Amino acid sequence: MRRFFRRNAAGYLFLSPWLVGFFLLALGPILASLYLSFTHYDMVSTPRWVGVDNYVYMFDRDRRFWRALSVTFHYVAIAVPLRLAMALAVAMLLDKGLRSIGVYRAIFYLPSLLGASIAIAILWREMFGLNGMVNEALAMIGITGIGWITTPSTSLYTIVILAMWQFGSPMLIFLAGLRGIPRDLYEAAEIDGTPKWRQFFRITLPMLAPVLFFNLVLQTIEAFKTFTSAFVISNGSGAPADSLLFYTVYLFNEAFKFFRMGYASALAWVLLIIIGAFTAVAFATSKYWVHYENERD
Amino acid sequence: MKTNVIDPTSWDDDARIARGIKLRQQATARRARLLKHVFLIAFSGIMLYPLLWLVASSLKPEDQIFGSLSLWPSEWRWDNYTQGWNALPLSFTVFYKNSAIVTVLSVIGNLLSCSFAAYAFARLQFTGKTLFFGLMMMTMMIPYHVVLIPQYVLFLNLGWVDTYLPLIVPRFLAADGFFVFLMVQFFRQIPRELDEAAMIDGCSPFKIYWAVILPLSLPAMATAAIFSLIWVWEDFLAPLIYLNDINSYTVPLALRLFVDQEGQSAFGQMFAMSVLSLVPVLLFFVAFQKLIIRGIATSGMK
Repeated sequence: MRRFFRRNAAGYLFLSPWLVGFFLLALGPILASLYLSFTHYDMVSTPRWVGVDNYVYMFDRDRRFWRALSVTFHYVAIAVPLRLAMALAVAMLLDKGLRSIGVYRAIFYLPSLLGASIAIAILWREMFGLNGMVNEALAMIGITGIGWITTPSTSLYTIVILAMWQFGSPMLIFLAGLRGIPRDLYEAAEIDGTPKWRQFFRITLPMLAPVLFFNLVLQTIEAFKTFTSAFVISNGSGAPADSLLFYTVYLFNEAFKFFRMGYASALAWVLLIIIGAFTAVAFATSKYWVHYENERD
Repeated sequence: MKTNVIDPTSWDDDARIARGIKLRQQATARRARLLKHVFLIAFSGIMLYPLLWLVASSLKPEDQIFGSLSLWPSEWRWDNYTQGWNALPLSFTVFYKNSAIVTVLSVIGNLLSCSFAAYAFARLQFTGKTLFFGLMMMTMMIPYHVVLIPQYVLFLNLGWVDTYLPLIVPRFLAADGFFVFLMVQFFRQIPRELDEAAMIDGCSPFKIYWAVILPLSLPAMATAAIFSLIWVWEDFLAPLIYLNDINSYTVPLALRLFVDQEGQSAFGQMFAMSVLSLVPVLLFFVAFQKLIIRGIATSGMK
């Protein structure tokens, strides 16, 4: 016993803040929210056990849940590939033979750093408004714009554009990945007369697969969690006509506007399961399309 | 560049042809590079335009913000800034002070607690280390919305709602796995011989952490500090939930008040305050650009 203590004391002492945090702020709350998801809880009276009622209601009758799911999946399916394509294209452009790459890199990364802030969400709201900058630009080429944010069929795309504008961090990761591809592969292809587009599919993409995989998983999880921009641009409600009802916005409103904490916990667990399932599928299928260099087939 | 690989005085036909091809290739390469620069400059313009528009609008009179594409204000309205500063029921001095308190304490908390945990994971031996490390990696993937409600109930019962404790205390408990991970990666690169030598000299694990590991990890600590500063400064969700009293509002919450009052409030002032809220982030970006960019490339953070 004493020996166990002496051998482990320092380790646990240093780990203790994290351990307390892990049990109190992560593991405890995750289990608590699982419990709450089976209750009716309004913060005033004690939680009342209702079994699977929350989940049955959610899948069976809650049309706003399906709406939120559909908005979020649409967003993930459109914004993530566009952002990654943008990031990869710009990274490839910056990768070869430019000396002033640092300046461009900084300029392209800047929106990602500022993008999470309220100021940018406010800016977007006004830029895409009826009299905003975007419509002014369109008017120059003779197009009469609409209120992009107040029109349900276009509002989601304003946030997609916001996401595309922030391609900076995947771009930086792609750049680091591109640096790691040996030049002689391209030189050999050049000598063989392989056209550039085929070099891209035969050399760049396969060599970049681990980085691409990493970016894809990370960006998809991020996209599922999108909150601030949707919340501010829709002024907290998911309007117009629930077209900006992102999953997290719906969850937030259920919890902190209507105080349906039990139901919101069930929503939270469904989100956790969706993200967990996506990650599991990504990792399970990765061996078919991601090959690591130091790995033998 | 090296055009003289082939002797220009040589009368050998093959060499002359080779030289001609080489020159032509160089010319094409130069043209391609020029084209690339033109494209990148234009693209930079598009990327920066929204930000420039924000700054320009913050300096324009109200009736010129919308309805004109020009970035140059016909009349410079600096008073948008002075009036915006006092446009809300409380002056922005209060909000900046609040944000500064939360940010500074959070950064200190992150640096201390995350480096403690990282030191344990990277250097110390204890039962269950692999398990805990795995759990730490898993917590990074959990959406904040999943733990939000129980955390809120917990902090409400502790009487912490409407104080800064729910924003700051988690930072002292290494709640940001990203930073722990970043530091573990860095600590692992420090040669073990250094701590072993210190251990032979009779240094305690704490002494080794403080006198060997930390001084050698300044780049990692600086990177973590900068990122946590920017993220805490921009954080919106946690303050939105925990701070209900306008006296304790941070800058993002105050900015949101402008949106709520849209219509009655002045756009110029709203934009002016938006610009000011970005200034600290911009300054840090300009000053620490290298660290920020390397931090992302190596750890894959946001």
